[in-house]
Amino acid sequence: MTLTLALVQILNGLQFGLILFLIAAGLTLVFGVMDFINLAHGVQYMVGAYFVAAFTAMTGGFFTGLALALPAALIFGLLLELLIFRHLYDRDHLDQVLATFGVIIFLNQAVKFVWGAAPLNVPIPDALSGAIEITDGLLYPVWRLIIIAVGLLVGLALYLVVNKTKLGMLVRAGASNAPIVSALGVNIRLLFTIVFGVGAMLAGFAGAMIAPILSVEPGMGDNVLILAFVVIVIGGIGSIRGAFIAALLIGLVDTLGRFFAPTLLRALLDPSAASQTGRAIAPMLIYILMAAVLFFRPSGLFPAKK
Amino acid sequence: MKQSLKLAGLATLMMSVSAIPAMAQEKIKVGVIVSLSGAGAVLGQQARDGFNLAVKDLGGKMGGKDVEVIVVDDELKPDVAVTKVKGLLERDKVDFVVGPIFSNILGAIHKPVTENKTFLISPNAGPSSYAGKECNPYFYVTSYQNDQIHQILGNVAQKRGYKKIYLMTPNYQAGKDFVAGVKMDFKGEIVEESFIPLGTLDFQAELSKIASMKPDAVLTFMPGGMGVNLVKQYKQAGLLDRIPFLSTFTVDESTLPAQQDAAIGMFGGSNWAPNLDNAANKKFVAEYEKAYNSVPATYAFQAYDAALLINSAVTAVKGDMSDKTKVIAALKKADFPSIRGSFKLSNNGYPVQDFYLTKVAKRADGKFQTEIVEKVFSNYADRYAKDCAAQ
Amino acid sequence: MNNLVDLDAAPALATPTRARRTRILPVIIFAAFALVPLALLLGPQSYVLAVVTRIMILALGAMSLDLLIGYGAMISFGHAAFVGLGAYSVAILASHGITDGFVQLAVALATSLIFALFTGAISLRTKGVYFIMITLAFGQMLFFLTTSLAAYGGDDGLTLAARSTFFSLKFMKNDLAMYYVTFGTLLGAYLLLRAIVASRFGRVLRGIRENPVRMEAIGFAPYRYQLTAYVIAGLIAGGSGFLLANQTEFVSPAYTAWQRSGELIFVLVLGGLGSLHGAILGAAAFTLLADILSHYTENWAMIFGPILILVVLFVRGGINGLFGGKP
Repeated sequence: MTLTLALVQILNGLQFGLILFLIAAGLTLVFGVMDFINLAHGVQYMVGAYFVAAFTAMTGGFFTGLALALPAALIFGLLLELLIFRHLYDRDHLDQVLATFGVIIFLNQAVKFVWGAAPLNVPIPDALSGAIEITDGLLYPVWRLIIIAVGLLVGLALYLVVNKTKLGMLVRAGASNAPIVSALGVNIRLLFTIVFGVGAMLAGFAGAMIAPILSVEPGMGDNVLILAFVVIVIGGIGSIRGAFIAALLIGLVDTLGRFFAPTLLRALLDPSAASQTGRAIAPMLIYILMAAVLFFRPSGLFPAKK
Repeated sequence: MKQSLKLAGLATLMMSVSAIPAMAQEKIKVGVIVSLSGAGAVLGQQARDGFNLAVKDLGGKMGGKDVEVIVVDDELKPDVAVTKVKGLLERDKVDFVVGPIFSNILGAIHKPVTENKTFLISPNAGPSSYAGKECNPYFYVTSYQNDQIHQILGNVAQKRGYKKIYLMTPNYQAGKDFVAGVKMDFKGEIVEESFIPLGTLDFQAELSKIASMKPDAVLTFMPGGMGVNLVKQYKQAGLLDRIPFLSTFTVDESTLPAQQDAAIGMFGGSNWAPNLDNAANKKFVAEYEKAYNSVPATYAFQAYDAALLINSAVTAVKGDMSDKTKVIAALKKADFPSIRGSFKLSNNGYPVQDFYLTKVAKRADGKFQTEIVEKVFSNYADRYAKDCAAQ
Repeated sequence: MNNLVDLDAAPALATPTRARRTRILPVIIFAAFALVPLALLLGPQSYVLAVVTRIMILALGAMSLDLLIGYGAMISFGHAAFVGLGAYSVAILASHGITDGFVQLAVALATSLIFALFTGAISLRTKGVYFIMITLAFGQMLFFLTTSLAAYGGDDGLTLAARSTFFSLKFMKNDLAMYYVTFGTLLGAYLLLRAIVASRFGRVLRGIRENPVRMEAIGFAPYRYQLTAYVIAGLIAGGSGFLLANQTEFVSPAYTAWQRSGELIFVLVLGGLGSLHGAILGAAAFTLLADILSHYTENWAMIFGPILILVVLFVRGGINGLFGGKP
């Protein structure tokens, strides 16, 4: 029983990690290729969730809602790029941070203005709302298994595009040295727009997939943003492979840490002290992990820049 | 340091010269400080709307004087709240401060307001910290003492004969109060006291553990967005049909629009519900829904009662706020018809009232609300009141 | 390729008028702060005192960060940790009945010093965005530590029984005294930081910002200088935490949250990097804009956000740049 429970927790960690990967993948590409720190990436995730909530309510079905939300997230991302971000590419990182922070402030309030402060509900499609019985009494929701499958598929697709296509070659080249790529006559503007669009859509997609599980509310992207940054920094900026591994690592460490830390400490301390210390340590684990990784590998696990 | 000391002395002197005795105000001024941005925005909006509705029902007057309501947003940040409340006290010179929603904000504003000898009426937060020895004649609560709501769950679990229960709460002071509140009446086995980090959104790991432990019931206190997520995930994990879900501040009208069908059948503890059967309440719920297009939660009704409480005191002193002891005496009488029915104040300023077990249901019009299942306590005062030296 | 700090804007020899202007502006700012209470005599608004005190405390934190970001190109995303250390030192000692301001301040500075030495020594091994993230990590660790301090309020925070006393005198209880203590600290910190950046140490620090390899080649170990700057900035931010706890008479883990660290960076960039007084302009603009806008509309953030974007896009060098100031 304990073993099954541990396996289920590993599954939970994987699922959390894959959602993080969907968000971090776009962020690491935009940062790596365009050298652009986009703090607004988290609100793009939020906007994706709001779009799917709005379109699902409008059309009555999750999948039609999703089908409309994805292009909407793409258009929204490109609109932001055209209006604001495009003017920030040749600015220093601090200007980028400040302007994209302005976008966060605006959008967090704007969704509240449009949809109200109350969290929105997105129902899971009926056929997928059940749970699978793993062992006696231990159920696992089908929707979460779908998230795991979709996350793995997107990861595979990104891997193939980045490693096996011409576009992917340009992206990799851009991540390791953008000025040279530009000097070689590649339309770097177009490349930037494609990368940015894909990143925005992936973030929106992650928001849409998580919407049936989490409440859709203003500010839902803020903490996810920080976690996504932790992921791309541990993985090495610009590296899809790094983001994938780091996202799973964070997902597993966080989930298993919360589960096992109090239990493990019980061997060393008395029960109440153990659970108190465990509770204090568990949320710190991912930051301790990041500090440790950066201590030994100051540019992350898989640095894209040479 | 010496220099600034001198400057301070000089400036203090000038300030005291300039201090003009406050003139009797023509209006009754009420400052409402609630969270209108950040995670608690819905609750703050409900409280603000409930209060405004009451002022409207009173014809914009209290004790024959016009009422001016000044609403400010504490942004759910304690230091911002302190600055804003100082603005209400010193710039706007309000007679009453109504707020806040959250206990940690109350901790920040309680001292500046009461030290200024201005009346603070809390429409929601009712921590034990100001109910006992630290009670204050300038502080009143129209909600409940927090422990009482939690105690309902423990009482019900005991009465239903549950042998082993699973407790789950955010890891902060209010969560510890929840555990203490449940333990007051529940004598069976508590298989787990799970303290969740504040801000956790995914409960799947916790739910897996619950499924494997198979308790007789899950008792939880999970406010706001955390509660929305927990309820949806609890249903998705297929647990709702197997293990009863009893909660406080987790399923109410502020979260039900997001939880919807997932919450149907879940139990809660409360001092009120929209379907409470009396004429004043029916009128309040109908008016509120018409004006704000949403079902009121306790936050709205408690703020409504806060306005009625203020009105009763202002009327009793005929609008003359100058003698504070008279106002205190009038407030303590709580001489007004609360829409919850039976209502008095203890000597510590906290209510004496009935408490109910509620259950989530879908109404004929497709909206969701909590409905009363049974009365758990009658005319119940909190256990700290005896430590309050009555003033 | 972008650098973390705009190199072009940095060295530029100031023209005489510009030099005069940059010298006059801080004088005007501090004179204005000194006179605010006098102006208030016309209207009895001690609320304004509280707001301006908050501005100065925020400015103090942001100014210390300017030493790191503006002069050392070390973008710390965990600077609020020091503010939290200072604030919690006051609150925890006060909860044990120790209200002597000198003891509290000494503890606040000592904990800031230790934390700065420890985290700085590790963080400075990394560069650029990795430095941003590792400082964030340490900030978050402290944040979660404060939330787990059950004896001191945990997530709820802790109310101060009373403001600090000096020589057993309770003069800080007076808001005006609080104001001038804050003013004096801000002025002192400004003069200290001015002296530091003008000194040999400051020139080395800027040299490292421009070209660490060359500085190392001519015999300056960047690490030691950067760590010293990191510690100085941490100490001043710890001092701002001491004042913050006293002003609000309340401490909370929110003081150490990453959003607060972001706010400090934000205020600094808004005001203008690398000028010290830019931090004050930024703090004033940030606080007043939010305060005034929120009076008019609940949706003030929808105006505030775009203003920030426009400032970044069209005003180089922040608000200080508007006045013709150069870093």
